[in-house]
Amino acid sequence: MLTLENLGVSVGENGRQKDILKNINLELLPGRVYALTGPNGSGKTTLAKAVMGLVRPTSGRILWEGRDITDLDITARAREGIAYAFQQPVRFKGLKIKDLFALAGADGRAAAYLAQVGLCAADYLEREAGSGLSGGEAKRLEVALTLARRPRLAIFDEPEAGVDLWVQERLLDLVAAPARRGQGVISLVITHSEKFLQQADEVLLLEEGRLVEAGPPDRVWPQLEKDLACRWGNECGGERGAAECYR
Amino acid sequence: MVQLSAIDEELLATIAELHGVPGGAYNIRRNGELIARASTPEIQVESKKDKPGINIFVAPGTKGKSVHIPVLLTVSGLKDVVYNTFDIGEDADVLVVAGCGIHNPGEEKSQHDGIHEFILRRGARMRYVERHYGQGPGTGERVLNPKTILILEDGAQAELELVQISGVDGTVRETEATLAGRAHLVIRESVLTTGKQSADSFISVELRGNGASTEVLARSVARGQSRQIFRARLTGRARAKGHVACDSLIMDQAEISSLPELHAASPEAELTHEAAIGRIAGEQLLKLMTLGLSEEEAVNTILAGFLGVNRALLAGSRS
Repeated sequence: MLTLENLGVSVGENGRQKDILKNINLELLPGRVYALTGPNGSGKTTLAKAVMGLVRPTSGRILWEGRDITDLDITARAREGIAYAFQQPVRFKGLKIKDLFALAGADGRAAAYLAQVGLCAADYLEREAGSGLSGGEAKRLEVALTLARRPRLAIFDEPEAGVDLWVQERLLDLVAAPARRGQGVISLVITHSEKFLQQADEVLLLEEGRLVEAGPPDRVWPQLEKDLACRWGNECGGERGAAECYR
Repeated sequence: MVQLSAIDEELLATIAELHGVPGGAYNIRRNGELIARASTPEIQVESKKDKPGINIFVAPGTKGKSVHIPVLLTVSGLKDVVYNTFDIGEDADVLVVAGCGIHNPGEEKSQHDGIHEFILRRGARMRYVERHYGQGPGTGERVLNPKTILILEDGAQAELELVQISGVDGTVRETEATLAGRAHLVIRESVLTTGKQSADSFISVELRGNGASTEVLARSVARGQSRQIFRARLTGRARAKGHVACDSLIMDQAEISSLPELHAASPEAELTHEAAIGRIAGEQLLKLMTLGLSEEEAVNTILAGFLGVNRALLAGSRS
């Protein structure tokens, strides 16, 4: 189980502190698929990064399987079974794809996981994980690499972004799969996919750094539609601020 | 049968990936003296008569053969200078593995200056691998100054892999080549310096014949307070193509100068260069740490990939 207690993240911006995450309280249970969504800039990626240790909370605690990991570094969290697929896959000069799987402790599983994301091992294992990969290929590789680590908490940051439609559906099925297998894995997926939001066990809705809804899709859906309407009105020149609209 | 100590074995494994005495032709030099040599019907190795070093003759048409010529220094206070000349016959195709390993156990400087001259006859091909490595508990400096001179005749091809990764306190590296028509030369140089080490590399390639071409690809990493100077000069005197790319990563308080230079003496010469110095991208480190690597392991992995060397070689290269 992952527990976030009063989690807050602030950053300095133009000499002032800006709150990116505000007092997040959340429990994620083993064997469930969570869809984390919300408008751009609402704090979704920051929340995911805080769990992975890539961003340091300014308040609150993170508990993983009952243990306080707030002060653990990234490496230690990775070794505790937490994995994170970056929204923007990282490129490496001189490192081959097979090297990355070996570093992830998954060299024997590379071919199988590449196949799951539609990449043929014969074509890709020896390729550099660098700028020669297209955005879509890099994204698929990122998902495969994360799955190959066999994490107990698998976090995916917009796995569907930047890939073609056929692959989008496949990737979204894949990122939910670890939790569906009944082995106590948690899948936390940042997404804007309507289909995935409806298929998840729970939807977590972030707005302006606050967790405004958390529950089954049918319960959260009305709020999501309202959010979309508010945002659209705002961007088209509506006078009310988004925060007021959400109330 | 030559007796190799554990230190000899370790140095040979590192610089030439040798485990014991190699097959084929070889010449192993330790502390300024010949300790083992073998010639084959295709590759003759003999001592120079006027100065220290060897002459190596590769018979025309030799295919798929190799010659290993490692040098070991395992005492403190020795300056070893060696002159080696390779004459590679027409249409031969060989692998030459050189390199020097210094184990300095004392307080005095140990130095090896290796001057290698290669003549590649018409249509000959050569892959040359040279690794330099230093180690040992002593405080004495470990210095390696290689000079490589290449003459490529018509249609000859050479590929040089020059690697200096660990434990060399000071180096001045000089590589000079002249290419006749249709000759082709690729130089890949990888250098890592740490602590207060210094590396000065100068590569000069002169394209004299029509159809000659070269690529000089240098990658380096400077850590600690080390300093590096990389200079590469391409000279085009004919309808020829040359490209030089110097790519460096800088860390800590290190300093790097990168100076590619193009000189055209023919309107048909096509010469290009690119040079970049930057630091390790933070997201690369973070990504590898999310795979379970420590920060140090992540740094070494990135550097090994960048330099194109085995990660194990970097294990002792912290700043």
